[in-house]
Amino acid sequence: MRVTFHIQKYNPEKDPKPHEEPYRIDVGHGSTVLEALMRLKNEADGTLTFRYACRSAICGSCAMEINGTEKLACKTQVRPELERHGEIRIGPLKNLPLIKDLVVAMDPFWEKIHSIRPWLEPLSHEQVDPARMRDAFTAFNNVEACILCGACVAACTVYEVEKSFAGPAALAKAWRFAADPREAAVPERLRRLQGDGGIWDCTRCNYCVEVCPKDVKPMEAIILLRRASLQSGLTQTMGSRHLTSFVDIISHEGRLNEGLMPMKVIGFRFKDFLRILPLGIRMFLKGKVPFPFKVKPAIPGMKQVRAIFAARAQAKREKP
Amino acid sequence: MRYALYTGCAAKGACPELFQSTMLVTKRLGIEVVEMLNAACCGAGVITEADPDLALAINARTFAQAEALGLDIMTICGTCQGVMGMANHRLKTEEGLLDRINGLLAPEGIRYNGRVEVKHLLWIIVGDIGLDTLRGHVTRPLENLRIAPFYGCYILRPSKYLGFDDPENPVSLEKLISALSAHPVDYEGRTKCCGFPLVLEKEPIAIGMVGANLKEAKEELADALVTPCPLCHMNLDIYQGRAEKKIGEKLALPIFHLPQLIGLAMGFQAKELGLSRHLVPTQSVVEKIQLKV
Repeated sequence: MRVTFHIQKYNPEKDPKPHEEPYRIDVGHGSTVLEALMRLKNEADGTLTFRYACRSAICGSCAMEINGTEKLACKTQVRPELERHGEIRIGPLKNLPLIKDLVVAMDPFWEKIHSIRPWLEPLSHEQVDPARMRDAFTAFNNVEACILCGACVAACTVYEVEKSFAGPAALAKAWRFAADPREAAVPERLRRLQGDGGIWDCTRCNYCVEVCPKDVKPMEAIILLRRASLQSGLTQTMGSRHLTSFVDIISHEGRLNEGLMPMKVIGFRFKDFLRILPLGIRMFLKGKVPFPFKVKPAIPGMKQVRAIFAARAQAKREKP
Repeated sequence: MRYALYTGCAAKGACPELFQSTMLVTKRLGIEVVEMLNAACCGAGVITEADPDLALAINARTFAQAEALGLDIMTICGTCQGVMGMANHRLKTEEGLLDRINGLLAPEGIRYNGRVEVKHLLWIIVGDIGLDTLRGHVTRPLENLRIAPFYGCYILRPSKYLGFDDPENPVSLEKLISALSAHPVDYEGRTKCCGFPLVLEKEPIAIGMVGANLKEAKEELADALVTPCPLCHMNLDIYQGRAEKKIGEKLALPIFHLPQLIGLAMGFQAKELGLSRHLVPTQSVVEKIQLKV
């Protein structure tokens, strides 16, 4: 099958900016994008630059953008990709500095991984709870499968606009150690993730879950870190207050009270109150702020919702 | 065609114009809706962060209500669709989960049997009613408008729980925009995040996303943007002014709820569709299709 590959090329010594070049190539049945790239390099353009090593979706070297989505070239077949998109367009990972053609600098990625201290600070053998060891792998929630390819960081919509964010790969790694029954420094780990760039900066867009070639589900790991933070009493960040206020309002009214919610999240932070006030007034004038203190704010049938909250609280007491 | 209408919180709170325009458009399309006044908040993906079983139980109660009516659920919020679609999928497919959750509903005599479908208005129009039927209701074709589709996260991802549009290359909004005779604008931001979940606590990130996405749409000469999610609408509309300051560029891009855009093409008046409730003025678009606000 004759296919045209549109590949982003960029040589920093010659090109003012990246551009796309078309390559026509015969692709065999079942051929992967990586195999096609290797043939192109051998037969058509020796300057074409990309990273790869294992060719088996284990090393994580060949992550790139294929038809707009972050994928491993070695794990992506040409034909289904062509059927899905009608074309083959290949570029480097976004959000990371471009070096040449399809190769990006991974240094910012490694800095984030290092920042979460990706090593065990072990308890002594006697301190480890053997009961927890039995479920240890389940508790990781598959984060141990991460091959550090960078696809999630390239797809992260927060990292795109805020480079101080630790990002999905590093935070998934943070959960790997926070969930380890042999780890001694869990409270310190959680505390370090509360500030700017930490777990409360994730917008839950699900991109990392969608693109991960190993089903690591970094966003789920971030949620697990948030839940663990709340359970260990780290409840004063605005992010954690967003969560607890939301649940609190639903437990009383059944529906979100959009007038009350900002006040509960912001609390007594006067500066933040002044920040949201002007927009609040404009929204009010447009009829977009529901009155926060209604006499009967609850939805009809609230009794049932309260009963569900009560049943759940009871279940948690019986089986924490 | 009859559906149990799950409005979600926003359409009953900060975005009454979404509810208003939904009622007009569904009626015109011949969709009969029964509003689920007793339904609680879906949890917006927030309750599940604190307690997944609690979030599932609250949604299972909503599903049981629709089941008792013998109706499938229509959502009009992308976030509700994502959260409820995922909850429903998990309840139907994960072994033992439905029984465990029904255990939490039992004290009130509620039981969900897994027989309800949850569908967004967008999916109902594109998938069930059909675009030909929609075209038949267009009395004021939006011919000279370039409309940027903005899907919002939860109607696309995680796709294994949703499965209407291809998350890598969704087409339903584009098809719908074309059916209204407008021109769909292609830009990268169409599948990205609006930033709404962070807007209270991390405003710079949230408005950074607004700025980046809307700038792309403007560069592709969009006259307006349409979204099936009211939370996206809030962030892209209410915070647009602040995003303009952050990126140092004027955007002035009107943001429409899905049924508002459809309603314009059906000939409804701007006031009926609640266009005057937006913070970013919509006159430019309305004038382009010869209407007065």
